[in-house]
Amino acid sequence: MPEKCHKDDSGGEMTGKLKSGRQVVEGSYAVAHAVAMCRPDVISAYPITPQTHIVEDLSQFVADGAIDSKYINVESEFSALSALVGASAAGARTYSATTSQGLALMHEVVFNMAGMRLPAVMTIVNRSMSAPINIWNDHQDSIAERDSGWIQLYVEDVQELVDTTVQAYLIAEDQEVSLPVMVCMDGFILSHVFEPVDLLDQKAVDEFLPPFKPVSILNPEDPKSFGMFVDPEYYMDFRYLVEQAMDQSRSKIGDAARSFESAFGRYYGDLIDTYQTDGAEIILVAMGSLVGTLRDVVDDLRSKGVPVGLLKIRAFRPFPADEIAEAIAGAKVVCVLDKNISLGTGEGAVFTEIKASLYNNGIRVPVIGFVIGLGGRDIPVGTVQQIVSNAEDVIKHGIEADSIFVDLRRH
Amino acid sequence: MESRPTAYLSTSGGTKMITESLLAPGHRGCAGCGASLAAKFILEGAGRDCIVCGPTGCLEVFTTPYPESAWRVPYIHSLFENPAAVASGIETALAAQGNTHTKVLVIAGDGSTFDIGIRSISGAFERGHNLTYVCYDNEAYMNTGIQRSASTPYDASTTTSPSGTVSYGNPFAKKDMPAILVAHGSPYVATASIAYPKDVIRKIKTATETEGPTYVQIHVSCCTGWYFDSSLGIEVVRLAVETALYPIFEFVNGELGKVHKIRQKPVEEYLRIQKRFAHLFKDESGSDEIAKIQAIADENVRKYGLVRN
Repeated sequence: MPEKCHKDDSGGEMTGKLKSGRQVVEGSYAVAHAVAMCRPDVISAYPITPQTHIVEDLSQFVADGAIDSKYINVESEFSALSALVGASAAGARTYSATTSQGLALMHEVVFNMAGMRLPAVMTIVNRSMSAPINIWNDHQDSIAERDSGWIQLYVEDVQELVDTTVQAYLIAEDQEVSLPVMVCMDGFILSHVFEPVDLLDQKAVDEFLPPFKPVSILNPEDPKSFGMFVDPEYYMDFRYLVEQAMDQSRSKIGDAARSFESAFGRYYGDLIDTYQTDGAEIILVAMGSLVGTLRDVVDDLRSKGVPVGLLKIRAFRPFPADEIAEAIAGAKVVCVLDKNISLGTGEGAVFTEIKASLYNNGIRVPVIGFVIGLGGRDIPVGTVQQIVSNAEDVIKHGIEADSIFVDLRRH
Repeated sequence: MESRPTAYLSTSGGTKMITESLLAPGHRGCAGCGASLAAKFILEGAGRDCIVCGPTGCLEVFTTPYPESAWRVPYIHSLFENPAAVASGIETALAAQGNTHTKVLVIAGDGSTFDIGIRSISGAFERGHNLTYVCYDNEAYMNTGIQRSASTPYDASTTTSPSGTVSYGNPFAKKDMPAILVAHGSPYVATASIAYPKDVIRKIKTATETEGPTYVQIHVSCCTGWYFDSSLGIEVVRLAVETALYPIFEFVNGELGKVHKIRQKPVEEYLRIQKRFAHLFKDESGSDEIAKIQAIADENVRKYGLVRN
């Protein structure tokens, strides 16, 4: 797994000139570059670790005239997203980035923006939630927004982050979707790592991503009211329409992935991706950069004859229930690794939702959950191998504990 | 642009008709609602080429009950505490589109302005967005049932600062919001009252034509929350001005400019006709409190030079 990099390491990077082609860049630079290629009209963000390098790079691009975007230096995350509500309603393509406490402060606006069907793309640099205060990675921040109506895409590495950012605009601005998208990347692990990345070419992105064409905008020539007061006679129907849009986004996410592949030659899966699941008795499920570690473990164990496979969730919202059910139907045990916990249930959200989605599909594969890596706790290969051993025990003896806290200091 | 139904309003003079109202009649405001009058005057001053941002509040609720809207200009409501930030985004988007003519307005109540939304107002003014923030000030959270805000005047009884056997109502002085925005370097900060419609319209026009973030705070009566006969809506707010409890002034580039001069009346004339101050007149003990309110008025006279020499 990549080492965490400190800000000083990127000192020479901040020239503001847009790089091009294949480069070794910091993950934050890579996402800033991808955003720049999408030509957002309005960027509005508030600095918070570990998101800062993204907004610093974008600010530098603006300061150097390398991009035309307007950058609003807001006084809080709450206003960062509120400003995008206004900008998006006025017809602008919009971008923000945040994490953890910043996303929590946005919470009210997060729901509001989705309910108003205003597309935006926001990078979530996943970080734990206070208390205790901690700046390192887990998925608690974005998982806590799962009911908000935002599409949530999780990425495994920096190249996927770049490519997914561009796809996210295509999905969000599709008039049959018209919902905001969170592109979730693991804090430090991806934001501060330097990797070789194919930076996108402006002309190619322009061809892939058409200009934003909203259905309605705030326009004095054709005055409309946005965000109206809706009573019980209509409210529920509006919420249903959001769900319907979320449902329509299922095919659009796959379409975006495939048309990106045609244009750029890279593909990361549809709502989910699978690896070595054919004939797998044990399937590991995860989101984000942890998937990279799991690939190594799967390769290693497969070479030793252990029938283990991997299911990567790209889209947590909309939740790919059918795709997951189909992928794991032939397995003997499924292990879900959650970098979050829904306190009071004793388990992570992905685990809970997978179990829920299988029940009425009649699939009775044993599913066990692992709460792992909270607040940046390392997830070494040995730990994952232990999880696979647990799974082998389940195949032999059945489930003893269905949700396990991994690598606790004290039990 | 399509033709629209026309509504006429008579101004304080009673003779001059103002033009077509950009706020349609038939909304759900209370009879005698001061905020709805303010909204008409504001739009009269701003004109058709504007976008209005409103927070949650009375005006939003009674003008936008889906599927009906009273707004003949584009209107957006997002949340309670963010209209200044939403307006910042709109103004920035317009700038990105090269639109330099459309005016961006916030029309917000005092709860949103003085209390919960002040962070985003401070940010928007500090950043210098080209927008006009208008507060219709009815001095409490009227939409939720007359709870105290930071704009509620001293000793007013509200549902969360009620008068009682050991209370004279709201124990705090009204927050000086205009001073806060003058301190932000706003090029134009003004107060106004719906008792003087032409002044409201002129100030909105000036504010929207001034480059940068400008602020107009309009005193609006609320018969439902102040407890007076709805036929007295204009008289009440005029008395607030004439007693110096609601000074009418403007600050241009930080300097006190034009001030509405008065022949000062005693504060009792204003307090006595509203039940929110009725507890001050129950027995003699209220006279000390009335004296304190008179002192607030006298300080306004001194501070703004309200009385004609």
